[in-house]
Amino acid sequence: MTRQRFSALSLFLRGLSRHRSWQIQWRKPTPKPAYDAVIVGGGGHGLGAAYYLAAEHGMTNIAVLEKSWIGGGNTGRNTTIIRSNYLFDESAALYDHSVKLWEDLAQVLNYNVMFSPRGVMMLAHTVHDMQSAQRHIHANRCNGVDNEWLTPEQAKEFCPALNIGSNIRYPVLGAALQRRGGTARHDAVAWGYARAADALGVDIIENCEVTGMIRDPSGAIAGLETSRGEIRTRKVGVSAAGNTSVVMRLAGVDLPLESYPLQALVSEPIKPVFPCVVMSNTVHAYISQSDKGELVIGAGTDAYTSYTQRGALHINNHTLDAICELFPMFRRMRMLRNWGGIVDVTPDRSPIIAKTPVPGLYVNCGWGTGGFKATPGSAHVFAWTIARDEPHPINAAFNIERFREGRLIGEAAAAAVAH
Amino acid sequence: MLIIDCPYCGKRPEIEFSYGGQAHIARPVQPADYDDEQWTGFLYMRSNERGMRAERWRHVRGCGRFFNALRDTTTDQFHGSYKVGEPRP
Repeated sequence: MTRQRFSALSLFLRGLSRHRSWQIQWRKPTPKPAYDAVIVGGGGHGLGAAYYLAAEHGMTNIAVLEKSWIGGGNTGRNTTIIRSNYLFDESAALYDHSVKLWEDLAQVLNYNVMFSPRGVMMLAHTVHDMQSAQRHIHANRCNGVDNEWLTPEQAKEFCPALNIGSNIRYPVLGAALQRRGGTARHDAVAWGYARAADALGVDIIENCEVTGMIRDPSGAIAGLETSRGEIRTRKVGVSAAGNTSVVMRLAGVDLPLESYPLQALVSEPIKPVFPCVVMSNTVHAYISQSDKGELVIGAGTDAYTSYTQRGALHINNHTLDAICELFPMFRRMRMLRNWGGIVDVTPDRSPIIAKTPVPGLYVNCGWGTGGFKATPGSAHVFAWTIARDEPHPINAAFNIERFREGRLIGEAAAAAVAH
Repeated sequence: MLIIDCPYCGKRPEIEFSYGGQAHIARPVQPADYDDEQWTGFLYMRSNERGMRAERWRHVRGCGRFFNALRDTTTDQFHGSYKVGEPRP
């Protein structure tokens, strides 16, 4: 199915006909009785995996099943920060793979994902923070990931709204800056992958919940039971974020995951005042400004596991206290909306992108509080894993066996959200 | 904010408590006899149920004692709490 190309010219020309000649961006197909592969979960990671399966591995007779609407889970609920300044070699390779794919994603998908590498600055407030940040900087540089140390004055130059005075509880002692980091438009990532995958023949089936997994006598995957009927397939890739434990238990697979609510909030829209992304692990604040003008603020996880997609107000209050101290100019801003998403957290805060003990069943989960940045890279290596039945070199270390073998990839410091 | 029923002090707001994770995880009686699978289960595997969950809480800014509670993870509503050592109701 050929698709209209999006461009400034097409926007102008269709404007002349009052924008009434745009095509739908993806079909609403009814599920076929069988597919070569099925992805469970229509977020950015799942849709991206379907796109790369079709585009790079020639698997076009595939489907994405989403129990709700696409991009309505964590893809639509995050704070859109993109960076790759993770400590360990395995993580740096995975997250930087993703940043590199972000850089030309809009061209590849012919969809404006509004990737904006405006720089991500992570603040240090204590001696321990400074040591930790500089250790990350050195490790990143060894892995070819850009990251540099800024003095408080340089940090203020980069982000003029920042209060570097000594009159606050945790004064800014310095910052680590990744200039290639930034933000993107979260919905556009889901929509762009959906449109591009659909154009290659992928069926994107919304309002279709998986209720069971069908196994053949050898124990391998033979199909799925869904709320829209039975679908036969030999390969299932689960990319279900906070509900991964629930879906995988349908196949009898237990994973080392716990699902927590993570909250975010936005302010009323204002004129452009905030040129970058600022994060602080210690006082727990992270903030950027969307192109619409809203300040996008990330709060922490609640203490307890939950599937409610909401959290407690005192978590948001805590973050706003920190924001107001670091950026006094925002003290009289009003907050417009807050919401929660359910994040699946592993014991080592690193994801699992791997084969499972069940033949034909693959899982991409455990992204915890930081999955959005990894969307293209995660989807890319997950598609490889499904298509070839073996992990890509980049995700080989992110297997399930690492918890038994003690090969953890501990990224609690780089994950940035206090758990 | 959740209202949590401490079996010793009564109903108090969530900020007086700290969370202790899944309840009823028994420590190995003979650690030396545990194999890798059992250690993986003890250290890392958690039930993460969507529904009723037994979990530990500590009334850290109150009496300081641990107790267990039942909570529905799809609504966050509590369905009773009980003292450590008592079986799950």
